Amino acid sequence: MTVPKTAWQHFAHGSDIGVRGFGASLEEAFEQAALALTAVVADISTVRPEENVKVCCDAPDAELLLVSWLNAVIYEMAVRGMLFSRFQVVLSGYSLTGVLAGERADPDRHRLAVEAKGATVTALKVTHTEDGKWLAQCVIDV
Amino acid sequence: MNPQSLLRRSEFEWWIEPTGQMRVPGIIYASEQLIAGMDEKVREQLANVATLPGIQRAAYAMPDAHWGYGFPIGGVAAFDPDEGGVISAGGVGFDISCGVRTLHTALRPDALEPHKAELAEALFRSVPAGVGSSGAIILDEREMDEMLCGGAQWAVSRGYGYPQDLERIEESGRASGAKPECVSQQAKKRQARQMGTLGSGNHYLEVQRVDTIFDSAAATEFGLHQDDIVVSIHCGSRGLGHQIGTDYLKTMVIQGYRPIPDRELACAPIHSELGQHYLGAMRAATNCALANRQIITHLVRGAFAEVIPAARLTLLYDVSHNTCKIERHSGDAAPRELFVHRKGATRSFGPGHPELPLALQGVGQPVLIGGTMGTESYILAGTKESEQLAFSSACHGAGRAMSRTQATKQWRGRALIDQLREQGILIRTRSYRGVAEEAPGAYKDVSAVAEAAEQAHLARRVARLVPLICVKG
Repeated sequence: MTVPKTAWQHFAHGSDIGVRGFGASLEEAFEQAALALTAVVADISTVRPEENVKVCCDAPDAELLLVSWLNAVIYEMAVRGMLFSRFQVVLSGYSLTGVLAGERADPDRHRLAVEAKGATVTALKVTHTEDGKWLAQCVIDV
Repeated sequence: MNPQSLLRRSEFEWWIEPTGQMRVPGIIYASEQLIAGMDEKVREQLANVATLPGIQRAAYAMPDAHWGYGFPIGGVAAFDPDEGGVISAGGVGFDISCGVRTLHTALRPDALEPHKAELAEALFRSVPAGVGSSGAIILDEREMDEMLCGGAQWAVSRGYGYPQDLERIEESGRASGAKPECVSQQAKKRQARQMGTLGSGNHYLEVQRVDTIFDSAAATEFGLHQDDIVVSIHCGSRGLGHQIGTDYLKTMVIQGYRPIPDRELACAPIHSELGQHYLGAMRAATNCALANRQIITHLVRGAFAEVIPAARLTLLYDVSHNTCKIERHSGDAAPRELFVHRKGATRSFGPGHPELPLALQGVGQPVLIGGTMGTESYILAGTKESEQLAFSSACHGAGRAMSRTQATKQWRGRALIDQLREQGILIRTRSYRGVAEEAPGAYKDVSAVAEAAEQAHLARRVARLVPLICVKG
């Protein structure tokens, strides 16, 4: 697969929706996948990066780390009632530290669509693309 | 899926013969047309489920089956713990104990019609719905654990509904064996403000009219008559269930049973510490879902009392369609306890089953099949044959025919709401985009699914419901 013009995409799943991020580094691909996740829930262009939240997670491999990362974002969205539009990921092996920047969800302004229940291991892939970039994807249960 | 790739055993029964590591066959119940419209992934996932240890008879798919998480949605599989049987977080799903309940209202259309818009507003105001919605009930740590152990029985004891509601809920409204200590603090925190909320996506609260009676004797037993007004609620265990699914899926992938063809099938032996922990947490989530639907029922009763005081809302039945339950089943062997996974499938006990309340013994368990906001829903009754066919299981809904992305390209929420209003259906929502994603045209034909379930003898059609008011999650 080659990298498209936008660095994140959605892809079809039977009843839910897949998210896919591309990047020059694994970190960037993870950040883009998180943007794709936010775009499942809301209109990302309307979300102001006003408040920062830090998350940490780890996993035994890169694929499960992607699932853990996206689930950490989903958890913060759920318990804080926030949406995030900027993501910064730092990796140390398969340990991740992330900073999420966003604001409280506003149904009128953010064009909310659907809650994310969880990131799954369905269609889970973290790999190199044909042109040497990173791809990170999985299906989100909504 | 190409029907030619399956072995057709009868008009509505299609087999995947065991090959490779499959321990049992895969069996799909559907019409040829539904098979042709099914994702190829259903066959792949069903064949994978058939490889799991301890599986009994076959891995089954219902007429509404589609691509799921390890298990197909619309999948049924039973495991014997004494034969190494497993429990799978993916086989239950993220929205643990998601389900449908239907209530009588004792109203006829002429009593509803003058108040329809006012009732729609009252329901929309009373029942929190949509992304991030929170309820007025906030549970502290102790009360959370009480709820997780008590389910709908807890809710009734706190004044949400009546004791007589409980006999119309599977397991009398409470899953025994719940272990709140196996539920993470994150899951409890995620649930703290979500009691009595609908959620989003395909969840809904509908006021419906009985449009067709297929089986008048069974309908009478269920208390349903032509043109009766009923209410249906579709939702699940909210953030708590989602987080339990998330937590245990990861743990099962890392620590669970290993030699499986697909890590989405992550599972653990029932006779293992991890398996027992998951079961305890899953039952706690089941109780959360039952309590949630019970609280929503209370809120719905309040909205009706405000607008149409003559309404009397009594529970017809409450079914969960994302579950794993211990049930006694007989096949070739003597009856024994099996762990039956139903992912997007409904239990369908036939007449005379001892777990049914006395009032339903004669006709069988109500099987509640949700449609979409513009299309019909169905009430079926379980059959005795369903026991032998698929461990007493039937379908749960229509299933999507189109992705969410495609749906938002094809429809606009505002226009859809206007169009449905012209058809006499009032939609209340906080999300136009959510409405577009859930457009009726994005779903398969629920009538074809209900008909196939009947033709396959999984359940028989009793009544068809059409929507009048829909509060969309």
